[in-house]
Formats: sequence, C-alpha cells, structure tokens
Amino acid sequence: MRIAVLSLQGAFEEHRQMLLRLGADPFFVRETADWKGRVDGLVLPGGESTAMVCQAQEGGLWQLLQERIAAGLPVFGTCAGMILLDRTHLNVMDIQARRNAYGRQLGSFRTVAPMKGLGEIPMTFIRAPYVEDYGDGVEVLAECGGRVVAVRQRNMLATAFHPELDGDPSVHRYFLQLASGRE
Amino acid sequence: MEDRVQLNRQLAQMLKGGVIMDVTTPEQAKIAEAAGACAVMALERIPADIRAAGGVSRMSDPAMIKGIQAAVSIPVMAKCRIGHFAEAQILEAIEIDYIDESEVLSPADDTYHIDKRRFRVPFVCGARDLGEALRRIAEGATMIRTKGEPGTGDVIQAVRHMRQMQREIHRIQSLGAEELPEAAKQLQSPLDLVQFVHDNGRLPVVNFAAGGVATPADAALMMQLGAEGVFVGSGIFKSGDPEKRARAIVRAVTHFDQPDELARLSEGLGEAMVGINEQEIQLLMAQRGI
Repeated sequence: MRIAVLSLQGAFEEHRQMLLRLGADPFFVRETADWKGRVDGLVLPGGESTAMVCQAQEGGLWQLLQERIAAGLPVFGTCAGMILLDRTHLNVMDIQARRNAYGRQLGSFRTVAPMKGLGEIPMTFIRAPYVEDYGDGVEVLAECGGRVVAVRQRNMLATAFHPELDGDPSVHRYFLQLASGRE
Repeated sequence: MEDRVQLNRQLAQMLKGGVIMDVTTPEQAKIAEAAGACAVMALERIPADIRAAGGVSRMSDPAMIKGIQAAVSIPVMAKCRIGHFAEAQILEAIEIDYIDESEVLSPADDTYHIDKRRFRVPFVCGARDLGEALRRIAEGATMIRTKGEPGTGDVIQAVRHMRQMQREIHRIQSLGAEELPEAAKQLQSPLDLVQFVHDNGRLPVVNFAAGGVATPADAALMMQLGAEGVFVGSGIFKSGDPEKRARAIVRAVTHFDQPDELARLSEGLGEAMVGINEQEIQLLMAQRGI
C-alpha cells in the first residue's frame, strides 16, 4: 500500500519507519508535485501544527490534502496531525482539538491505556492535544484520564499520542486495515 | 531509560525539520510563529548585541520570558549560563519547554556543566565535536546543537563543527568492537554512548545546527551536512525584512535539497545581517565549556 507521509516538519521519518516495518510503501510529500501515482492513504505526523499549516498553505498543498481527504482518502493524524484534521484546520473530521491541552513540556507523559479493538497499548503524549468536542459520526476509540485521545470517523483516524514513537505497531496496523477497507 | 529523559528526547524529535528562532519581544515571537518557526528562544539580547555590548551576560528576566510564553503556542526555550544550575532551577520553575545551557552567555562554572539529570525539564547543549556532544548527553542533555560562532552571521564554525561531528561518527562506525573502549577513552565519553554511535551511526539525540546561520542557503547547507533542524539567532531580527527572511529560512529547511526552490526563496530578501568574519572577532564563544 502506498502511503503518503506529510514531511513539512516534525517526526515524519518515525512514521516512515513504522510503515516500512508493516510492509507498506511510504513516500514523503512536501509539495503538490510529490503527489504522484496511486495513493492509498495519508499520514499527518507530529510536530508543530502552526509550522505545518504555514508551509502547507503555500503552493496549493493545503487544498490538495483537503480535497483528497474529503473525497475519501484514508488518513491518520497523530498529535499535531490530529489538530490539522479538526474543524478549525483542514475541517475534514467533525472534531475540535484543544492544543497543548496538558500544558507545557513538564505536562508531557507516557502511559498504558486501552484502545478499542487493540487492548492495552503504550501512549506517549508530548505537549499533546485532546479532543474537546466531537460530532455524531465520530467514534471514540480511547480515553485517558477522562479525556478523548483517539477517534475514528469513517476511514479517518486521529490520536493525541504518538504510536510512531513507542515501537508498538498496532495502531499503524489498524490504520492500514482501515485504509484497505478491511476495518 | 527513565520516562522523563525519553519524553524530553522525543520533544526534540518533534522539532526536527524546523527552525528555532531567537526572539526578544512578544511581537517578534508572534512574527516567528506566523512564519512557521517550530519553537522560539526567548532572550533579552540576541547574540550579536551581546557580543557588541560586552560585559557579563546572564539569564533573561523571567517576566520577559513569561511574556513570550503567553504570546505563542509553540515551545519556548531560554538560555542559562554554563554550570549555573540555579538559573536552570528558575527556568524550570516557570515551566520553560527547553533550557539551552549556552556558551552565548558568560559561563558560571569553568569546570562543571549542570547535572541535567536532576531536572525534569529538557536541556539542549552546544558541541563542537562528538566527544563534547556525548559528554553533554551523559550529563543529561536531550538535544545537541553545533556551537558555531553565535552573533557573527558567519557560518564557517557551524560547518566546521557539523563536519567534525559527522567525521567522528563515521570513524566510530568503522571501528571493531574491541576498539570502542579506547575510542571512548579518547573521546572522554561513556562507553555505552560510544557503543550507541557505533551501532546506529548517529547521536542518541536530535542534532541541530546553530551559530552564524543568516540566509536560506546557510540553512540548506547545514541540513545537507546532516543537521536535523536549525537555530537562527541574530540572522532574522538583525536583517532588513525579518518576516520574509524568517519564512524563507523555514521553507529552506524543509526544501533543503531542492535548488530551484532555494533560488526562489533567496530572491529579494533585503539586507542580510551585516555580520563579522571569524578572524575579526576577539571572543570565541565556542571555546566556552568543552
């Protein structure tokens, strides 16, 4: 499966490594010209959402991502990627993310918590957001301390934590199943 | 590894491919954020002015740093003097996102760096070569940057330090397992860190370029030499059109290997910072804290 990984800024290489490990065929997208051939899914990595938005809005990349996701392209956003998917950014998922919801770096933490269908998985939150509001079509997949930290809407997946950092491929495997229409 | 060290290394991973900009006011911080900076460094005087003013240079006023924290949503870093753990305690108390134990300020201790393992907040430190980098990591630094020569607008030292580091990493990789203890001794660094470099061909933490970066081409040069991101100090707000230059450097870090895009970005940026050549300066900050 050919998976586009947005590579404007942040931990995009970590996602590439995880996708390779699962036998997928990831490629980086920095500009519209990189969007070539068949694309089976899109990953929006962690990093700084303001830095990514700023760059994506030049040269039409933002519109391209918006159109493709709206047209049904499977997408997976982690941390900043979750923010990009929400109502005030790409506006493709019916969710509202709260930025830096756990405070500054001293509020970052690691835990183990259950995610629907995957059992207990490690979750790393780095200056993370959470979902503070969501619409009817959104399924909550994980909560942590009473906050919504993983959601799905059709074939769109978003986590406030970083599965690409923990060495546990289960969330990425879940996304690939989603992208292939098997989930 | 302890969770805190891991989390602090991981925050640096999130900064990769980005530009960290020196700012002295909330207004500058907002310009940096809007231009796509992945973090800002809050300080009272940028290195070029510290160099011009002379005298003892210390940690910035916490009130000034808090003003910048309130102005932006991206991570805010601040500098403390080498070895000045009380300044670091103050920065931790105001919940800074990253402390730069920096040679740009006057060193407070000529023997010891801060024992960074005693802090929950992360530290970035400068290094001119692999040994310095690994010693700082052993002390608890979770991010490394080249020292370069801050406040000069002259990139030569950053290039020298980055090349030196890459050269030594390649050399360590080529050694046999039985040669590593001697290599560790020569590098004055712990064997487990030397072993990591041997096995992985990189530092165990993210490595940025810093010191003298003033143009999109400088940023692209450092990225092609192996930096994972760039600090820009005096280069932006000492130039004619900070907003445009900030945007151009951010884009240059993302598109560092695309000359067509770099050419476009380099057009019409106005005056670059004037700069001083390394031979013309009296004070080599890079020699502080080795």
